[in-house]
Amino acid sequence: MPSEQGSMNDAGAQMVACIPRMRRYARALVGDRNAADDLVQDTFERAWARLATWRRGSDMRAWLFSIMHNLHVDQRRKPVVATTSMDDEAFEIPVRGMQDDRLEVRDLGAAFARLPTDQREILLLVVLEDMGYDEVARTLDVPIGTVMSRLSRGRARLRALMESRDQPVALKVVR
Amino acid sequence: MTNPFPVTEADLHAYVDGPLAASRAAEIDAYLASRPDEAERVRVYREHNQGLQAFLEPQLEEAVPARLREAALSPGARRGWRAAWAAPRGSLQRVAASCALVFVGVASGWLGRAALEPPAVVARGPSVFQGASLGAASLPRQAAIAHVVYSPDVRHPVEIGADQEDQLVTWLSKRLGANIRPPKLGTLGYELIGGRLLPGTSGPVAQFMYHDVTGQRLTLYVSTENAANKDTAFRFAQEGPVNVFYWIDGKFGYALSAGIDKGELARVAAAVFEQLESR
Repeated sequence: MPSEQGSMNDAGAQMVACIPRMRRYARALVGDRNAADDLVQDTFERAWARLATWRRGSDMRAWLFSIMHNLHVDQRRKPVVATTSMDDEAFEIPVRGMQDDRLEVRDLGAAFARLPTDQREILLLVVLEDMGYDEVARTLDVPIGTVMSRLSRGRARLRALMESRDQPVALKVVR
Repeated sequence: MTNPFPVTEADLHAYVDGPLAASRAAEIDAYLASRPDEAERVRVYREHNQGLQAFLEPQLEEAVPARLREAALSPGARRGWRAAWAAPRGSLQRVAASCALVFVGVASGWLGRAALEPPAVVARGPSVFQGASLGAASLPRQAAIAHVVYSPDVRHPVEIGADQEDQLVTWLSKRLGANIRPPKLGTLGYELIGGRLLPGTSGPVAQFMYHDVTGQRLTLYVSTENAANKDTAFRFAQEGPVNVFYWIDGKFGYALSAGIDKGELARVAAAVFEQLESR
C-alpha cells in the first residue's frame, strides 16, 4: 500500500513540525512541563489512531489541538466529580492591603498562569496561535459566544491581576 | 455623544486582535475617541498581547524531546500493540492502517525496541496522568462522601464534641502532624458540633462539622496528603445533592461540603479561607 505509506509519512512529518506548538499549548493546559509533554505524546498516539479523521491538506495544527483539548478534558474529567473553576465574577473576596507583597503578580507570565485553564487556552490560541475566533470555536467545539466570553473574561482577569493592588483576587489560600 | 455604529465587546476584542476591515476599524476608532476608558482598556489588551507573545514565543525554540519526535513521526509499536488488540473487526480501513503501522514500526526500527519493554511503556500513559491529577481531583469526592456518611447521623455525628474543643484540636493536630483548628463560623450562623478523624487515601484526615439553627449541617474536610500538588484556586464541585468548595494550599487540602446552595456555601467558604489565611 504505497499511497497509504506516503500519506502516513506526510502526516508524520507534519506532526513533527507541530511539536513545539503542541508543547506550548499543552503547557498552557496543564502547567507542569512533564505532564504537558505526556499530554503531547498521548495526543500523537490518539492522532495516529484516528488518522482517518484528518482531512489531508487541512490544518494539521488545528486538528491536533482539537484532539489534545479533548484528551485533556477527558483526563481532567475522569477521576473528578463535576468541577468548575470559580469565575472571577462568581466568587471574589476583598483582600486587604498587605496583599501587595504577597501576591507577587509582577509579571505577565505569572498572571497568565493564574488564569482559569479555559481562559488561558483561548488566549493562547487567539494571541499566540493567531487563530480566528471561529476557528477557535471549531477547534474546541464550543459556540463562538463561549469563545468570546472566555476571551473577554480572560483579558479582564489578566488586567486585574496585573493591576491588582486593592483589587479583589480569586480566593486562594495564602498562609 | 452617541455613536451611530454600535460597538460590542466582541468588536473590541476583534479590534485588539485585528486586523479588521478598514471601514470598521475607523468606526471603532471613532467610538474609542469618545470613550477614554475603553480606549485605555484596548491599549492594555494590546500591550498584553505583545507581552504574552514575548513571554511564550521562546517556548517554541526549546529542544524537542526524542520521545515526542518518535511519537509524532509514526504510530510506533505502542499504538501498534493497542491497534492489534483493539481494532474492531470488519473495519477494513483500521486493518489496513494497522498493517501500515507495523510496517512503519519495523522500518524505523523501534517495534523491536518497544517489544523489549512493552508493559512498562503501555502502563506509563494512564498512570502518570492519574497520579498527577488524583490528589486534587479526589479531594472533593472524598469530602462529599464523608459529608454524606456522617452529617445525617443524629446521635454520633462527631467523635469529639465542641464542648471539648481543646482536646479535639490537640488530638487532630497530633494525628495529622500539623496544627489543625476549626474556624469559627458563629457570625455566619454555623456553630461547631465537633470533629472526627477519618482515613484518607494515604493517612489520616480530619472532618469538622457545623450546624445552623435549622439543623442544616456543613462539614469542613482537611487533608494533609497533598504533598505533590501545587496550590489551586478556589474550585467548586457537585456530588449529587452535596455542593463542595475546595482548594489546595501546599500539602493542605480543604473542602467545605453542604447540601446548601452554592452562593451560601461560597459565603461560608470565604470566612473559612479568611480565618485560615489570618493565622
